[in-house]
Amino acid sequence: MRIDTNWRGDPAERIVFTFNGQPIEGYRGDTVAAALLAKGIRLVGRSFKYHRPRGIFTAGSEEPNALVTIGSGADQMPNVRATLQEIHDGLEVRSQNHIGPLQRDLLAVNDLLHPFLGAGFYYKTFMWPRSFWERVYEPVIRRAAGLGALSHDHGGARSEKAFAHCDVLVIGAGITGIMAAYVAARAGADVLLVDENMSLHNRHRHFDDPIRDAQGITHFSPEDFAFFYLNALQAMPNVRIMTRTTVTGIYDGGSYGALERTGLHLSPDAHPDLPRETFWRIRARQTVLATGALERPIAFPNNDRPGIMMLSAFMRYVDGFGVLCGRTPSFFVTNDDAHRVIAGLIARPEIAQAIRRCTVIDPRPEARAQGDYRLIAGAEVIDTRGRHGLREITVRQGGSQQRIETDLLALSGGWNPTLHLTCHLGARPVWNAEAAMFVPAQDAVPGLHPAGACNGTLSTGGCLRDGHTTALRAIAVLGLADPGVPVPQAGEEAGNGVALWQVQAKGRAWLDLANDVTTKDVAQSAQEGFASVEHMKRYTTQGMAPDQGKSSNIGALAILADATGRSISATGTTTYRPPFVPLTMGALGAGGEGHGFAPERKMTSHAATVARGAPMIEAGLWYRPSYFPAPGETTWQQACDREVRMVRQSVGVVDVSSLGKIDIQGPDAGAFLDFVYTNTFSTLPVGRVRYGLMLREDGHVMDDGTTARLGPDHYVMTTTTAAAGQVMAHLELVAQGLRPDLDVRVISVTEQWAQMSVAGPLARSLLNGILDTPLDTAGFPFMACGAVRVHGIEARLFRVSFSGEQAFEVAVPARFGDALYRDLVARAEALGGGAYGLEALNVLRLEKGFLTHAEMHGRVTAYDLGLQGMMSPKKDYIGKPAAARPGLLEPGRERLVGLKPVDQGGILTAGARLFTKGDPHTRPHDQGYVTSVGSSATLGHMIGLGFLRHGPERMGEAITLVDHLRGIQTPCEVCAPVFFDQDGGRARG
Amino acid sequence: MLIPCPVCGPRDSREFTCKGHAVTLARPQADAPPEAWDAYLHLRDNPAGPTRELWHHNAGCTAWLVVERNTVTHAVTGARLAGEVAAR
Amino acid sequence: MAELIAKSPAHGLVPVETAGARLTEAPLAPIWSIAPLRGKTEAVSDALEQGHGLPFPAPGTLHAFQGVRIAWSGLDQAFLMGASPAPELSRDAALSDQSDGWAHMILEGSAARAVLARLVPIDLAPAACPPGSARRTLLGHMHTLILHPGGDRFELLVFRSMAETAVHEVARAMTAVAARAAIGD
Repeated sequence: MRIDTNWRGDPAERIVFTFNGQPIEGYRGDTVAAALLAKGIRLVGRSFKYHRPRGIFTAGSEEPNALVTIGSGADQMPNVRATLQEIHDGLEVRSQNHIGPLQRDLLAVNDLLHPFLGAGFYYKTFMWPRSFWERVYEPVIRRAAGLGALSHDHGGARSEKAFAHCDVLVIGAGITGIMAAYVAARAGADVLLVDENMSLHNRHRHFDDPIRDAQGITHFSPEDFAFFYLNALQAMPNVRIMTRTTVTGIYDGGSYGALERTGLHLSPDAHPDLPRETFWRIRARQTVLATGALERPIAFPNNDRPGIMMLSAFMRYVDGFGVLCGRTPSFFVTNDDAHRVIAGLIARPEIAQAIRRCTVIDPRPEARAQGDYRLIAGAEVIDTRGRHGLREITVRQGGSQQRIETDLLALSGGWNPTLHLTCHLGARPVWNAEAAMFVPAQDAVPGLHPAGACNGTLSTGGCLRDGHTTALRAIAVLGLADPGVPVPQAGEEAGNGVALWQVQAKGRAWLDLANDVTTKDVAQSAQEGFASVEHMKRYTTQGMAPDQGKSSNIGALAILADATGRSISATGTTTYRPPFVPLTMGALGAGGEGHGFAPERKMTSHAATVARGAPMIEAGLWYRPSYFPAPGETTWQQACDREVRMVRQSVGVVDVSSLGKIDIQGPDAGAFLDFVYTNTFSTLPVGRVRYGLMLREDGHVMDDGTTARLGPDHYVMTTTTAAAGQVMAHLELVAQGLRPDLDVRVISVTEQWAQMSVAGPLARSLLNGILDTPLDTAGFPFMACGAVRVHGIEARLFRVSFSGEQAFEVAVPARFGDALYRDLVARAEALGGGAYGLEALNVLRLEKGFLTHAEMHGRVTAYDLGLQGMMSPKKDYIGKPAAARPGLLEPGRERLVGLKPVDQGGILTAGARLFTKGDPHTRPHDQGYVTSVGSSATLGHMIGLGFLRHGPERMGEAITLVDHLRGIQTPCEVCAPVFFDQDGGRARG
Repeated sequence: MLIPCPVCGPRDSREFTCKGHAVTLARPQADAPPEAWDAYLHLRDNPAGPTRELWHHNAGCTAWLVVERNTVTHAVTGARLAGEVAAR
Repeated sequence: MAELIAKSPAHGLVPVETAGARLTEAPLAPIWSIAPLRGKTEAVSDALEQGHGLPFPAPGTLHAFQGVRIAWSGLDQAFLMGASPAPELSRDAALSDQSDGWAHMILEGSAARAVLARLVPIDLAPAACPPGSARRTLLGHMHTLILHPGGDRFELLVFRSMAETAVHEVARAMTAVAARAAIGD
């Protein structure tokens, strides 16, 4: 029931949302859980395995039960914790894991079968027949045991990722965190204070424990203290406060991941551009961890009914939302803190008025009531009743039992410090036997200082001191002076209770509500030999649900310790790993969908190319035209054939700007190139171009390309498109780290120049139409380069050919690339030629036996490629010593050959294997493989390049190409890898 | 992970690529015995503890760095320009 | 004779405007990389002072004088922007024309830092990136040079071929930041 609608100080705004289709009214700022509880709705879902009715157990991100699905279509989000999700108008909330209505779940039959469904049931039962697991058992089990589902609709770009930086990160805005943030901020540090909750102003009332300033004059309630200090923090320019933000992980070097629920509290329709979630990457120089503690449940039979919740949650619903979850509440508690909280609560007039009866059960015989409630000391709850919600509890005191009617049972078994983040870099928590709790290890995370309850300090006074001290420690590391903020004083009382892990009584007692793991399962695990905590976890699945066992881990390991006769500290915890709360893939991958997946590199000819209808294909990050369809052509092959003939007969134009271009300058530029290439470049005359081959240090080919000498100390190297980045990094390593003796500077100029290849017998005539000074053969021979003017623009001209035709590459500053490409293509078309794409380019180079990375695939040597003649014996170069190893110079290696079909129509496929004629087509007889194939329009049949054992010695031999995958066998003839114009006369013409 | 680039200051590891052990800088003479080349190319320790690696600040200043880090704690204890290390 | 029309890298992609941020393209202007040869940094700096009134910049810095700027752009390398290098610079430095290699965009406005915090992993707050800064880092997946002359103005240089992706990423971040501002966050 709602006892107070005005608890936030201003008139609350009414909100209507739906739960399983039923409209529910709440107030802005309510969580789904609070709004449902306010309406008396206790049953919110079904349990994972037994389909037991379940209710709201906590009020935070640790919630094991109340997982719901929100939204629909692309905005559907499953497994949302009702305890965090705020309501907004139009919000659709649906319960999960039931067939039929929530009240009458057909799979509730599982609960009746529970004797058969204990831990290990699946492993033991669904063993046979083996093939049934994937096809039958698993799908059925997955359907029955489960969580919410995705809608499979595309989400669109609805989340974002962002970076934040700070001097001091404070995680958690309880009194500890607020104190720490205030001290750090007053010292002048850039402070980032993050908290999981939607608002920081309503979570400090559990103890009415007065806080006094250092002089002991002014008294604050904890709530007023928080209000006062938060206001001060908000007014400081060096403080940034992030609410609705959970730190999910700690990574090396002061990196933190955090998930912000940016827009989940608002209607997606009303805020279409607002990110639903933001995944933050935070860099903090120092961190104060003030994540508090999670209250510890108690295991007793039938402790999982709706209406049973943690005392801290019960109080949070009262204080944070004005919701009283029961009018005849009972409390099962083990510590004096709980008594103080309950006494304070029922002393409030509005509560006293609303509550009809209040019972407190405490296992300690010496427990004393601290307020006007009925205390049953030395007693335990041993059973509960109520099918869809708690109705009655059974209490055992000494030898007698009594049943008590109650609509709510709140549990307090002490506190477990929320230290999970301190374990993310591998540290293990340490058991403090005196306080009966795990606390963070010393220096668990460099630069991170745990403070307050997460460090085992439970009293209000201790938390304030801790926050203050750790902040001083952090700012000292930063070199900032102590701002002299006095430490407020407050009560030092805390804890004083016993640890009660489980009540010994008949019946199933739940530990892990999320995965339906009971105390019996843990004991059975130990009995069957899974005695290590890590084995127990995997055998029972305890702690493996989305809540990661936040409310059950410690209890489970305590019971395991008991079952195995070890101490808790010897049993240890499982490994806490990121993320601390579940993360959506949408948040982790935000920005990576569609155009955000990777940069799309577009050449200056892109618009003109697309306008001509060319399908674009990716070459690394670049987009290049595949072919240019002409009217009447129905297949890419027709276009490709036409383009090949066009280049061989008239002239073609292709944009080659994506090839890497690297400026290499300095007095030692020639010596540098001699060291990175197998062949010599220091002897290359100015105004000439040479083909170069580059090896890795292991003797295998890295890349090839042409390098032009533009001046005595100035070369420009071209690389293949795909290897441009790798070659650039390689050259930088050589220049900086391997040959610091050479005075050379390298810089990429790939993007500066739009470079177009003009190829074909009419190439020169085409170029002469655009050059300010026309060329003649003698003045610009094959492999010449130089500065020219194109339409009055300073340009570079290189006479290189990747087609075997007379060809030029003309480079202009990229701003003119679009215009130059359009002009060249128009002029080519006027001469009977035109644009060509990568398909034709590939066939043209194959006909000439030119190499690409299909051949230079990382496992071949210069020798394998037949390029051993390019390996200069006169100088040292990268890869030379390794390439000379005997094994790399064996004639029997797979070496480059050309392949053509014996029958004109024979099909060659890349990736096919090669076999000696007559040999079985099996692996032991394998002779090599095919790397590239194409249909040669010039020759009228397919041609291919491949690697064949003893290749060059087998010219003319008939072998068999076998593509096992496609079921193709083609008799082929081994030939030289140059199919057309063997003497290269066309390129020189 | 944060790498203290001597040129740019501390930067997130996403700006870097790692090439492996810094032994790459100690290239043997061309005529060194095959064992020396084998060791240089192939033989690497797999230390649990401090190690020296070559990292390229390719999304930053493009410097190659020798980064000292601990493979157990992941602590990065220093970074120097490969050029300075090599020139010594 | 036909004339080749110059086209800027972000032609047709900008301006993009949202509440608090505006993305535009800088006018085409000369950008030259200057990489002093070994031991010649001081000589190059002197020549720069002589020819352009600018020093060779220390790592991370940007200097301006009479409409010409010089930005540190990487290890032993700077970009001279707004002028072609004085001829005497070629004696002691490797010079490369980079004028067409970069899409040069300007993001300005009160939300500029928040927008860049979506894409750039480094701290661009005034304490970490004061006026007169030049940073090589990432813009999303793209290598970038960020210039911060001062105020709320950041200049983003990315490879020319990536202009479209850069505008897409920045515009997306601008939209998200504006939507946040609209709910009073």
